[in-house]
Amino acid sequence: MAAIAVQLENVSRLFGRFPALRQVSAVFSTGQCYVLLGENGAGKSTLLRVLAGLLQPTLGVVRYFPQPAAAADPGRDKGGSGGSEDDRLRAARARIGYMSHSPMIYDELSAAENLRYFASLYRGRPVWTPEEALNTVGLDPALPRPVGQYSQGMRQRVSLARVLLSQPELILLDEPFSNLDARSAGQMLLLLGRLRGEGRCIVLTTHQRDLAAPLADQILTMEAGRLTSAAPGPASAPATELESALSPASPQTIQPELAPGASPA
Amino acid sequence: MTRPFALVHLAKDLRLEWRSKDALNSMLFFALLVVVLFSLAFDPTQAASRRIAGGILSVAILFAAVMALNQAWARELRHQVLDAQRMTPAPASSLFIGKAVANFLFVTVIEIILAPLFAIFYNLHPIGQGWLLAAVLPLGTWALVVNGTFFAALSIRTRNRELMLPLLLFPIFIPALLGMVQASSGILTGETDPGLWIKFLAGYDVIFTTASLLLFHIVLHAE
Repeated sequence: MAAIAVQLENVSRLFGRFPALRQVSAVFSTGQCYVLLGENGAGKSTLLRVLAGLLQPTLGVVRYFPQPAAAADPGRDKGGSGGSEDDRLRAARARIGYMSHSPMIYDELSAAENLRYFASLYRGRPVWTPEEALNTVGLDPALPRPVGQYSQGMRQRVSLARVLLSQPELILLDEPFSNLDARSAGQMLLLLGRLRGEGRCIVLTTHQRDLAAPLADQILTMEAGRLTSAAPGPASAPATELESALSPASPQTIQPELAPGASPA
Repeated sequence: MTRPFALVHLAKDLRLEWRSKDALNSMLFFALLVVVLFSLAFDPTQAASRRIAGGILSVAILFAAVMALNQAWARELRHQVLDAQRMTPAPASSLFIGKAVANFLFVTVIEIILAPLFAIFYNLHPIGQGWLLAAVLPLGTWALVVNGTFFAALSIRTRNRELMLPLLLFPIFIPALLGMVQASSGILTGETDPGLWIKFLAGYDVIFTTASLLLFHIVLHAE
């Protein structure tokens, strides 16, 4: 049975008086990939920031790794129990990888220097070496140029390498394919498929539905801050093209719950 | 051997500054400009001008430091690097202390370059125990940068952050500035004992460093 990575219960988020999220309830499980669709301003990025623990919900509850972590993985921090609320949130964040629209790296440092710096901040957790992470995303670790001189697509890949560095159990990607050419996007898709097969939970937002759909176990749609539909994605079917390369999706996947009052598509 | 988190942040900040020299260049040119302009406005050979020379140097360094402190978190904001740092398990206080020590070193470099030039220019020479300046200047500089780094972080989410920093920083820094001026005057003139003011500065530093370390977590994760 797939373990729960993060659970939202009636989560709302207001910016001033503007509701960016309205009573969103959902469960995201390990070994699953969730593709989040929606128009600009639908609340996708806000939802990812709430899932990442970077934004606190105005109303509602977010539960990270609710099952005792020790039972699932004895080597990991306990994200769900013990310590103060801040400690729990900090421990949970350490198990999450978040990639936003911005690359979240220093322009003045090379890719390897950036990753070495971030790897040093994940002490006590299993981390990849910068070389491993950069090789995984198809970049040359020996590239001495500062990241500021990279193309957008290369920066995007360094950003993904930063996310993967800490081997997160929950991977949150905001528009990961936006600056990539078709070949690079395909490579990233395969990489994400492999990560899903390793049991990681992936939640990604995109406007490129056709590109991301083969990876999706669940396709979620947001409108005006609400989660309006949750449909099984192609990857949840047994004979998907990608399925042979990936581990089979669990039949007991917990379906994302729709917010009260929301109408499924 | 693993380095403390604060040292990891400090090494990164020093490396970034070494590459760009943004803070050092802006501070140095601004401070030199102030000194040159004041030397044109007031005749440096007159005794009255020499009496205010320490104040001019302090103000030049203060304003120059504020320029650099305003940009202290700019790199972290530019590509949401701060969010990536928030996601790591490293404590917020380590990020703060790394940044504050880096700023301290940058301001100290400017002081080391500027102070001798200024002393020669204004024909200054301490009458009291000159070596005590080696205690007063770092204590005063730390008081400035620890508060400056903290308030720069506090104002990063405000619209007029370049205006906010001096508005928040200067009132808080006044006691330390008073301590610095009194201690420096005591040392330069030999008329009063600077010991009390040095202790006052040390106490101020301990209090505000502790408060900043305790509160920085809230500032970093505020939305």
